[in-house]
Amino acid sequence: MKAHERIGAALTAANDAGRPALVPFITAGYPEPQDFISTLKAVAEEGDVVELGIPFSDPMADGMTIQRSSFEALQKGVSLKWIFDQLDSAQGEIDAPLVMMSYLNPLLAFGYEALAERALAAGVCGFIIPDLPFEESADIRAALDGKGLGLIQLVTPATPDERLRTLCEASRGFVYAVTITGITGGGAGLPADLTDYLNKVSGLSSIPVCAGFGIREAKDVAAVGKHAAGAIVGSALVEVLERGGDPRSFLGSLRA
Amino acid sequence: MSTMFAAEEARALLDAAVKGEMPDERGRFGPFGGRYIPETLVPAFDRLEAGIKEHLHDSSFQDEYRKELREWVGRPTALTFAPRLSEIWGAEVWLKREDLAHTGAHKINNAIGQALLAKRLGAKRIIAETGAGQHGVASAAACARVGLPCTVFMGAVDMERQAPNVDRMHRLGAECVPVETGDKTLRAAIDEALRCWVTDPHGIYYIVGSAVSAHPYPYLVRELQKVIGEEARQQMLDQAGALPDVAFACVGGGSNAIGLFYPLLGDDIELIGVEAGGTGTGLGQNAATLATGTPGVLQGSYTIILQDDDGQVQETHSISAGLDYSGVGPEHALLQATGRVTYISAEDDEALEALEELCATEGILTALETSHAYAAAKQYAKENPGKRILIGNSGRGDKDMPTLTKYPARTRSYEGA
Repeated sequence: MKAHERIGAALTAANDAGRPALVPFITAGYPEPQDFISTLKAVAEEGDVVELGIPFSDPMADGMTIQRSSFEALQKGVSLKWIFDQLDSAQGEIDAPLVMMSYLNPLLAFGYEALAERALAAGVCGFIIPDLPFEESADIRAALDGKGLGLIQLVTPATPDERLRTLCEASRGFVYAVTITGITGGGAGLPADLTDYLNKVSGLSSIPVCAGFGIREAKDVAAVGKHAAGAIVGSALVEVLERGGDPRSFLGSLRA
Repeated sequence: MSTMFAAEEARALLDAAVKGEMPDERGRFGPFGGRYIPETLVPAFDRLEAGIKEHLHDSSFQDEYRKELREWVGRPTALTFAPRLSEIWGAEVWLKREDLAHTGAHKINNAIGQALLAKRLGAKRIIAETGAGQHGVASAAACARVGLPCTVFMGAVDMERQAPNVDRMHRLGAECVPVETGDKTLRAAIDEALRCWVTDPHGIYYIVGSAVSAHPYPYLVRELQKVIGEEARQQMLDQAGALPDVAFACVGGGSNAIGLFYPLLGDDIELIGVEAGGTGTGLGQNAATLATGTPGVLQGSYTIILQDDDGQVQETHSISAGLDYSGVGPEHALLQATGRVTYISAEDDEALEALEELCATEGILTALETSHAYAAAKQYAKENPGKRILIGNSGRGDKDMPTLTKYPARTRSYEGA
């Protein structure tokens, strides 16, 4: 099984067990770098796939919560190299497939070939790159493909149909369906009716679709779960970590 | 960086740039540029690109734009001979007076052009970012002129050091939003403007203020700023009877520099861009992006940026808010890589001294940004006596009074040699 196929398999397994898949997001090394692996393990116990945020100096698609966590992690010395070292040391201890969410520049600085090699060895199965549209993605896609790693495409309610088809076909692992036009951590919650949009994306995609942005409570997970394979929970979880709360019990509450 | 390409490749790229073939259809200036944006903004950029193709070079748009430049902005701006400065420097110094444009800087050329475009594209409201506040003021004025509401994002640090411009924006009817995140200067303001834009990509038009960001902005801003170089070229022929030997412009994002340089690329004129050397050459002490940076992706574009080994963008320092930026327009990255334009830097102290000298000799209070170009030109004149020098006087310095009052005026007299 290629690395990116592990992602889809984990999501499908959750659905086969009669529930929406849960994809928690944490900022790597936040709130404390020394707790990174223990936090990751806790989150991975509740999550079917874990999205790991790589801190970046210019998180232009993120709201205040993830911005804050990103800057704090950077100030405490978290880097992509450090994250890989930590993941290497936890080899075999984390079952859930990992997906890295990173802006492009840290990946560019790391070097695409080296990145793919290091990521595969560390148990990473795919990447989400929020500032890399499909048109600019050929180089990194080739490098990731070479190691069986997935490049997960985002789609939004504003994506025209033809483009939606292209992105669904190109995506590996899952399709990331952004629920709102906006940034992460928006306070407005989910739009009233996501049915048409999520059904359309799920209909076009041959791999699982996960919905993200604005998912904060059990009812949100249940709502998107009716029309998509899973729900991505980012800012709400990072807020729990920020308050020093228990990520496991929060994620457990989302399944209620 | 001039070793980035083999000589032959550099010549071919430069040739294409001179012929107006850059950017290519993918928004690339050679390897630089492109469009690195969130998926949410892709339809908005597609619409903007289509709108530019339809309107920008259409005669009805151009007629309207040129009329506004003439009757509202006050173009053409003057070309001024600087006799006393010339005598002191041992050179023939000419100034392209963008400080005389409405609102006091070249920024208005771009702002009114984009505001007119936004109107044609059916935008409901305008957002803009600003560093020194000049683009914010220009956008506020242009929005008032075309009748669209305007929100300007400005770093909290910049709001303090450019306080007069904040008040001007308010009076022009714009809302000025302080940005407390990141470095609290221009870079953070751009990030915040992009975050605002994704909340309503249909209704909002984002007036980018410099020749930066994702395609088509570097192209659009150049097309709206090239009037500077077109006028200056003709004025040099008319008034000086010859083209300059060398032209200087300050470079932050690089809009006034590309506006001045682009129409001169095909001429036998040495072109020198001057970045902010801050307080020294250490990382974080300056904003000399092209002089000390490396290729990377920042805020939509593959260009030269100031970053560490992990690809984290570095904070900058400059006495001038308008040059205090970790990136630079992708076309400048190409012009440097091909060797066509030389990019150097001037430090805070040198800029202050140059500002004072220009004030005392020619009666022109220039902007702190622009002062960097004067500092570099003076040094050049010392090393190359007798040259005909053109300086892009990109803006006026009234906005810098809060900063300048921290540096008491010297009583030195600037008598000719």
